[in-house]
Amino acid sequence: MTEASAKPTPVTVLTGYLGSGKTTLLNRILSENHGKKYAVIVNEFGEIGIDNDLIVESDEEIYEMNNGCVCCTVRGDLIRVVEGLMRRPGRFDGIIVETTGLADPVPVAQTFFMDDDVRSKTELDAVVALVDAKHLPLRLKDSREAEDQIAFADVVVINKSDLVSHDELHQIEHIVRAINPSARIYTTTRSGVDLAKVLDQGAFNLERALENDPHFLDHDDPDHVCGPDCGHDHHHHGHDHHDHDHGHDHQHHDHGHHHHDHAPSAIHDVTVTSVSLRGGEMNPDRFFPWIQKVTQTQGPNILRLKGIIAFKGDEERYVVQGVHMIVEGDHQRPWKDGEKRESRLVFIGRELDREKLEASFKACEATA
Amino acid sequence: MPTVAPLDIEGHVVSTHFLGDIPVFAAATGAIHRLDGGEKVTEANAGLLTCVKDPASQTLLTGGEDGRVLRVAHDGTVTELAHVPRKWISVVAPGPQGAVAYAHGKSTFVRLADGTTKEFTEERTVEAVDFAPKGLRIAVARYNGVTLHWVGTAGAPVDLDWKGAHTGVTFSPDGRFVVTMMQESALHGWKLDGKSADARHMRMTGYPAKVKSLSWSPKGKWLASSGAPAAIVWPFSGKDGPMGKAPLELGTRANILVTHVAFHPMEEVLAIGFIDGMILAVRIADGKEALLRRPGKGAVTSLAWSSTGKLLAFASEAGDCGVIDITG
Repeated sequence: MTEASAKPTPVTVLTGYLGSGKTTLLNRILSENHGKKYAVIVNEFGEIGIDNDLIVESDEEIYEMNNGCVCCTVRGDLIRVVEGLMRRPGRFDGIIVETTGLADPVPVAQTFFMDDDVRSKTELDAVVALVDAKHLPLRLKDSREAEDQIAFADVVVINKSDLVSHDELHQIEHIVRAINPSARIYTTTRSGVDLAKVLDQGAFNLERALENDPHFLDHDDPDHVCGPDCGHDHHHHGHDHHDHDHGHDHQHHDHGHHHHDHAPSAIHDVTVTSVSLRGGEMNPDRFFPWIQKVTQTQGPNILRLKGIIAFKGDEERYVVQGVHMIVEGDHQRPWKDGEKRESRLVFIGRELDREKLEASFKACEATA
Repeated sequence: MPTVAPLDIEGHVVSTHFLGDIPVFAAATGAIHRLDGGEKVTEANAGLLTCVKDPASQTLLTGGEDGRVLRVAHDGTVTELAHVPRKWISVVAPGPQGAVAYAHGKSTFVRLADGTTKEFTEERTVEAVDFAPKGLRIAVARYNGVTLHWVGTAGAPVDLDWKGAHTGVTFSPDGRFVVTMMQESALHGWKLDGKSADARHMRMTGYPAKVKSLSWSPKGKWLASSGAPAAIVWPFSGKDGPMGKAPLELGTRANILVTHVAFHPMEEVLAIGFIDGMILAVRIADGKEALLRRPGKGAVTSLAWSSTGKLLAFASEAGDCGVIDITG
């Protein structure tokens, strides 16, 4: 018992619009022989044709925390269900939370940080967004949720890729990458993605994500892991713009090697931006108050932030991550010999003031 | 020194109660263990989420992952009161005249002794239900407050609003107050006979952790609570309840959280269970403490006194349960 509770149970959050293939993926997770058992929290049993004691139906119940912070929301129903499940942790290896098509993934994720009971027994493993390749452009036009789901994800699975042309698929990948520069992207058909790329990722745990993929904050790096299905071309440092030229990305050509520094305005119906910051060694006395201030004042606009910080005089890398106003950080491992001691930080959100973030981040650098 | 008779059960034990003289322990697996001339086990729910005692009939009421609401008698007899396929039933409450309330989703159901059932619907998910001490009336805790419903009459429900998620609810023994536990580590209370809206509210804050256990003293003068490294005991003897008064802090330990509290049935003595399994008894009058059990394998999840107040049963998250004879 005590040993079982010592290691937190991984939780995978599965988002995606109706028709994106969530149910097919869930059915595969529940029926394929991968040697693991999952408890699945769904809104409706719906089309999950599998009888399983560990499928729990739960009414999505979003609670604003009574602390004056509008983005501090949690899923009350998850707190209750996870508490019940975790009384008998030996029954399963992990928990999967399926959200409704329109759901905002943020309260789900924040539940695993803001509720002490849930946090003490579980660990958010990854937020996985399924995207319907055929309908993504329409979804982005319709709603903010589709964009939020991609922006918030650690893993994006572009499904139904057989329903679009090669060029269209390229364009979809480009849009997804523009919304979320740090997610791992896979393309597949009939939710046929390798389950090992979706489950047990440790992606929300930045330390583990960095162990698995040391360059994941750095999509330009040729060693970045995208998986065999990824359309990202590692050899050319720059997508072929003609592939997805739809008349609006003309401002885009001057990006050259900084092609992941996407300007959202270049793409239809995308309001999420990302700001990637790079700096030298930081002064912790400046950096911590700064990141606190940024998240306190701009928290509602920040969907995710992830970074690796080099502090002057500190022999270890410091990793930081956040959701809205929640920021967490910890030392990860010692800097390796010859490793460049630089700080990198990625913000994904809306109405981010790139210049101001860049300048204020730079101002946190340690003076020689 | 009190003597402890241990009882080891597999896994998390949700609650313990005395049915007459028989201590019972309800495990999360759904097994109900009874110490009735030796250990006996009854299988109740396939996955048990809640187990409360109906004092009038000296039976247990359970709700489970199998969607069933069951009544379990002291001899282990199980009667099904309701079955809602595919829903988890985590809210069950005993009422007067054989009434039983249970809830799932946004609905509370009150099943009367004759088997008829009435449904009460809220705008948000029902988190907890309690019956008033007098009259067939329920308090339903939900997001942003509590709703009071009369079960027998068609009277309009009364909304007691307070922003935030209310996860537990209790009436005071005299029925004058309703108190809720909140997601944001606080209690909120309403004085039901308060004249103005402002005079009705009682904010009880300052807890470092969520309050999960409440216990009223025998005459309702005190309300004890978990959620801090001491039992926090609010005075409710005055007409305004605890307003303007500081709570007592009993059994204070450094950074060790109290997880369960239970008042003695006759005296103002509080049993306090901690996250490390330790159990203390503390007298309100002078704060005098007695160690009833040393730390164990897991957090204390439940405490129950026998009707005479000589025995105290305890349950734990790790299954290391037992019965303490406080007369030694």
